[in-house]
Amino acid sequence: MSILVNKDTRLLVQGITGNEGLFHTEQMLSYKTNIVAGVTPGKGGDWVLNGKIPVFDSVQSAVDVTGANASVIFVPARFVGDAIFEAVDAEIPLVVCITEGAPIQDMMRVKQYLSSRSTRLIGPNCPGLLTPGEAKVGIIPGNIAFSGNIGVISRSGTLTYEVLYALNQNGMGVSTCVGIGGDPVKGMNFVDCLELFEADARTDAVVMIGEIGGNDEEIAANYISANMTKPVVAFIAGISAPPGKRMGHAGALIEGNSGTAQSKIQALQSIGVKIARYPEEIPGLITV
Amino acid sequence: MKLQEYQSKILFTMYNIPVPNGRIAESIGEVKQISEELGGRVVIKAQVLSGGRGKAGGVRIAKTIDEAEEYANQILGKEIYGMPVRKVLVDEMISIDKEIYLSIANDRNSQKPILMASSFGGMDIEEVSRSNPEKIVKRVIDPLLGLRDYQLRDVAINIDLDRDYWQDFSTIIHQLWKVYVDCDATLVEVNPLVITSEKKLTALDAKVVLDDNAMFRHPNLNDLRDKDAVPPSETQGRKIGVSFIKMEGNIGCLVNGAGLAMATMDIIKELGGEAANFLDIGGGANAKKVEESLRLILSDEKVKAILINVFGGITRCDEVAKGILSAFKEIQTNIPIVVRLVGTNDKEGLRLLQDTELIPAGSLLEAATIAVGKAGEGKA
Repeated sequence: MSILVNKDTRLLVQGITGNEGLFHTEQMLSYKTNIVAGVTPGKGGDWVLNGKIPVFDSVQSAVDVTGANASVIFVPARFVGDAIFEAVDAEIPLVVCITEGAPIQDMMRVKQYLSSRSTRLIGPNCPGLLTPGEAKVGIIPGNIAFSGNIGVISRSGTLTYEVLYALNQNGMGVSTCVGIGGDPVKGMNFVDCLELFEADARTDAVVMIGEIGGNDEEIAANYISANMTKPVVAFIAGISAPPGKRMGHAGALIEGNSGTAQSKIQALQSIGVKIARYPEEIPGLITV
Repeated sequence: MKLQEYQSKILFTMYNIPVPNGRIAESIGEVKQISEELGGRVVIKAQVLSGGRGKAGGVRIAKTIDEAEEYANQILGKEIYGMPVRKVLVDEMISIDKEIYLSIANDRNSQKPILMASSFGGMDIEEVSRSNPEKIVKRVIDPLLGLRDYQLRDVAINIDLDRDYWQDFSTIIHQLWKVYVDCDATLVEVNPLVITSEKKLTALDAKVVLDDNAMFRHPNLNDLRDKDAVPPSETQGRKIGVSFIKMEGNIGCLVNGAGLAMATMDIIKELGGEAANFLDIGGGANAKKVEESLRLILSDEKVKAILINVFGGITRCDEVAKGILSAFKEIQTNIPIVVRLVGTNDKEGLRLLQDTELIPAGSLLEAATIAVGKAGEGKA
């Protein structure tokens, strides 16, 4: 078991012929992810990576022919909104958007549209998903994690890899790692993933990597307190961040008095979640 | 990206949102001329991108042309909150019956646009939300449907707006919504929207913030970017393609990834040190970017130690180490530099750094401890 992606995932890559799309398709393929199709409008009929993957002009035609049930998006930021709408309209159950820099109003429209649909969205501006040994959907380095019983949810990229690597070095395996992304308006959030991990038979503990900005960690603390039976360990980045400055990620911003690391740490600590002071400290705090 | 008040008002005018008569001036002569045109009674407003201009002496009311000249002389060329005043807006004096707060903004909680209004106009809205939260009316807007007329009536009723003004109030909000959507704004704010003694609604102040991610759709607006609002080091960072924010400490940081960069600053602080900057070099770590980033960090004379923290995933640590070494061939410095490499091939990467002047470290805790120690040396 795992959450969201596994060996049965039939993956489609939107923007497969771009530099990023092609490079990471190759990486995902070499991880043995089941990639069934690519989409680049205007390049339908081509094949990429030595004839391994067929390219289609539209998501619907790719789904019709290949039965794709998940999509990963690498298209440039200006096309992100349209690419997600296209995947949602083709009724793909899971859409993972890696692209950084999508306009916020585009994402608000996407989010509103999703509220009446059954598609799940991860991202944008995220590293994607990794179910070790089964599927890599996105850009998380596959070699740094092995299969195990820890679920990981993170708003960050390299910080996530750092945590995966620390778990690895301490002999701890991962059920699924979900990079939910660093944008203020995004698809699945901590709570959505916590819910899935709580229900996942293979996951015994969850690591949550948050950062300054918004109040998603505080909402997660409420959820954990009311619903989680599995232990949760957290790290929150940005305790030294000044207010009013966007710390790299579009969503990593302390606005007025809200969104501080202190508030998140306090909310989580008060309900018994162990907080790591730095990423390498995480494995030692996990008790399963 | 924030627009200046005068730029926001030009935008409002294009959308038929009423603003006072007025023009922008860069010299005392221009202020004098505009004041004459407007009949002598004017408001002189410093154009800097910060709140609290009034408190800092950046907004003055002149009753005569001579006074206008005097105030312009006091304001132009001065600094407000560290930003030089290069321009002033000269607006006609308006007599006010009532002040209203009005804005449309991105609401992170609902992940939708939000319309906010208050009968407590002309005050710091953050302050109002603390002292009189019930006086702020908020309505979430469906981004696919847009504003509904009933929502506007509902807002008007809840801020006790006289019925005579409902029509004009609705029209102004509809136009504000158009500005918000057309320009990819993250905030359009009118504080205050006033009812004049002639019973007209007018936007006395205007604040527009645009979404940096959407600037590709608005090249003309992008040209309005105010260079004074961003420290030169951050502009330089943007130029070399890294995310850079100046901080107050003395330990320079060069990290790949924004989250990891924050975590690096945090552990430095935890150990009693203070980061000199936030710097996210992005994916990989090629020699040229490392070199340019180091030059940027070293341009801050306060820096006493540098901590390079790179996670090698798809770009392996041995490749990163080679990149760092080749960057150092181009840079002369006596400042101690700690390099922490972790991830794919990290041991090979660290081995390449041995017998160089760089200080290799395997864990973040070890690296930060060394950097904090080195930065503290020489302090007594």
